[in-house]
Amino acid sequence: MKLLLKGGFVVDPVKATALQLDVLVEGGKITALAPQIEAPAAETISVDECFICPGFVDMHCHLREPGEEFKETVLTGTRAAGRGGFTAVVCMGNTKPPADNRAVIEFIKRQAGVAPVPVYPVGCATKGRKGEELAEIGDLVEAGVVALSDDGNSIMNSEVLRRVLEYSRMFDLLVISHCEDQNLSLNGVMHEGFMSTLLGFRGIPRAAEEIHVARDLLLAEMTGARLHIAHVSSAGSVQLIREAKRRGIRVTAEVTPHHLCLTDEAVQTFDTNTKVNPPLRTRHDIEALCEGLRDGTIDVIATDHAPHSVEEKDVEYNYAPFGISGLETAVPLMWEHLVARGVLEPVQLVQKMAFNPAQILGLPERVIEVGREANLTVIDPRLKLPVRVKDFVSLGKNSPFNGWELRGWSVLTVVGGKIVMRQGME
Amino acid sequence: MKFERKDILGLQDLSTEEIKLVLDTAEPMKEILAREIKKVPTLRGRSVVTLFYEPSTRTRTSFELAAKYLSADTASISVATSSVQKGESLRDTAKTIEVMGADTIIIRHSVSGAPHFLARMVNARVINAGDGAHEHPTQALLDMFTIREKKGRLAGLKVAILGDITHSRVARSNIWGLTKMGAEVRVVGPPTLMPPFIQDLGVKAFYRCEEGLENVDVINVLRVQLERQQKGLFPSIREYTRLFGLDETKLRYAKPDVLVLHPGPVNRGIEISPEIQDGPHSAINEQVTNGVAVRMALLYLLMSGGEVHEIAS
Repeated sequence: MKLLLKGGFVVDPVKATALQLDVLVEGGKITALAPQIEAPAAETISVDECFICPGFVDMHCHLREPGEEFKETVLTGTRAAGRGGFTAVVCMGNTKPPADNRAVIEFIKRQAGVAPVPVYPVGCATKGRKGEELAEIGDLVEAGVVALSDDGNSIMNSEVLRRVLEYSRMFDLLVISHCEDQNLSLNGVMHEGFMSTLLGFRGIPRAAEEIHVARDLLLAEMTGARLHIAHVSSAGSVQLIREAKRRGIRVTAEVTPHHLCLTDEAVQTFDTNTKVNPPLRTRHDIEALCEGLRDGTIDVIATDHAPHSVEEKDVEYNYAPFGISGLETAVPLMWEHLVARGVLEPVQLVQKMAFNPAQILGLPERVIEVGREANLTVIDPRLKLPVRVKDFVSLGKNSPFNGWELRGWSVLTVVGGKIVMRQGME
Repeated sequence: MKFERKDILGLQDLSTEEIKLVLDTAEPMKEILAREIKKVPTLRGRSVVTLFYEPSTRTRTSFELAAKYLSADTASISVATSSVQKGESLRDTAKTIEVMGADTIIIRHSVSGAPHFLARMVNARVINAGDGAHEHPTQALLDMFTIREKKGRLAGLKVAILGDITHSRVARSNIWGLTKMGAEVRVVGPPTLMPPFIQDLGVKAFYRCEEGLENVDVINVLRVQLERQQKGLFPSIREYTRLFGLDETKLRYAKPDVLVLHPGPVNRGIEISPEIQDGPHSAINEQVTNGVAVRMALLYLLMSGGEVHEIAS
């Protein structure tokens, strides 16, 4: 099958350019790249004024399989990824049972065999995600994990985290850290600040995150391991990571779209879709996160896609689980809030959502060059549509963005030369 | 003036005029309470259901009597004896009550926002009888009614709220109501029981009684929630009583004619000494009576079709 994309701006995250070029795809690879390509036998798609980007990679999502298939499955989650413009996803290991052994990883990979988008599993760092004993990390590596994480839980015992980091060095494996001092955050449901005082909710202070960011950075420095800080939410964390990078610590970091678009004021509605961990913070934190993205302190935008059933979220605020279904809104949210507002250039967005996550995880490099596998995300900056959760293909309809009018939706997702989503046809 | 709200969820969004209307309406209601036959036919044929997810004697009884005095039919559901124990969700419980024909649902719940969640789900009117540490609007209204009755006004008074501010819905509703009505509000308590940015609600915060109670017209003493004590928020009941328990010594910091309130139930001898609780400054028992009057006023305003007309005599 031949595919010709005509008239778009091809984004190159390495050269930091966006040039008007046609792209020809044949046999799953990019075979030509030129200002004007004629290929009468190819299916030709006009992408005038659209940005043709290297395929986006979501390095932090929850596919809920095995164990909670009523929330999401590998198949529904990857369909949601494709619809949202992602060409690969990295799924966390807090499944039931947890992905702390070869059997679960192999099961996920088998389920991913029919998925429209490749799935790269993360293995648990400790047995049962309890933070007590190392998981069989060597076995997990052989089974194909791309990183280690007890995401959803912080490894509270510093000695255990030290050993995880040391042991991971044997494989030069990335350790993804969920930073939360669970003594400080205990029973908290939102950011601790004026809004939590006003609403009478137990708050989660910034320090709950920042104490563990600081600790994890020190341990990464001590062990020389590769550390990635997940879902950074506070200004203080950004500053700690910035200083650590200056000191040469091998650290990378990510932020989620919801932490960039919403503040704790959203909780005033008592909409349980605003309940996330770490919690939505303040305008001051959003500004620091944006600055972190601009200056390179924060490398990646990842969804932390956390689908839940309607029944679980349609309850009193305290009883609802944490999380937002994020795969299908990430691209237009980031276009509308970062690119359209001048926080990031389109090429920087591609670095944060495609090139950097692939590079950090050691996945095939996300660039559009002749000979490369054709993984592409096409964004139409003019396309303005409302978010409609009822149209989500994810089983998780838990989004606080329902009804938001957003520009910059992905209109075409190509994985290995195959179209997995085309606006209006998915 | 028309009272056009569907629900009473908190004092944060109630206007000064609406608060004044409730307090004014409570006055003739209190007269009804003083009669030998305490019943008027105003809400005959209407139904009120109390749905309490937390134990409560006084608030629920107060609402039920208020409804009965206005001739409404009442039913009460408490979680301990309801199908909630079988795992029924608030959504399903609410829908069940509504299809049984309830006109008004009065809810108490340990989670902030539960009444708002309920109000979105049902067409029935919803009154918040206390949600988590968020709001307790009827308690604040009865506190204000009592203060106005005793002091003749609210504007310009200095009111201290003493105790566990962090976990108190009474404190928050009082702050909204009193500041809107022109009173100066202070909160007094240990820093571990004082939530962040409380000053941004328009109050002054004090960590010492000597300063916080100085020259105040009213002291509203909050209940010490003994279960919190185990969470290490203060070292011991003994120390709390020594530093923040309202006794004769601390009362002297206030104005000589200071009015002492307490939402009850009182932990005798802990947050307030028995001499003050039963003494001449205390209006704690009158608060309970006024609570019925204020709740009658609210039910009347909400359920009489929005028109405020002469209350049946």
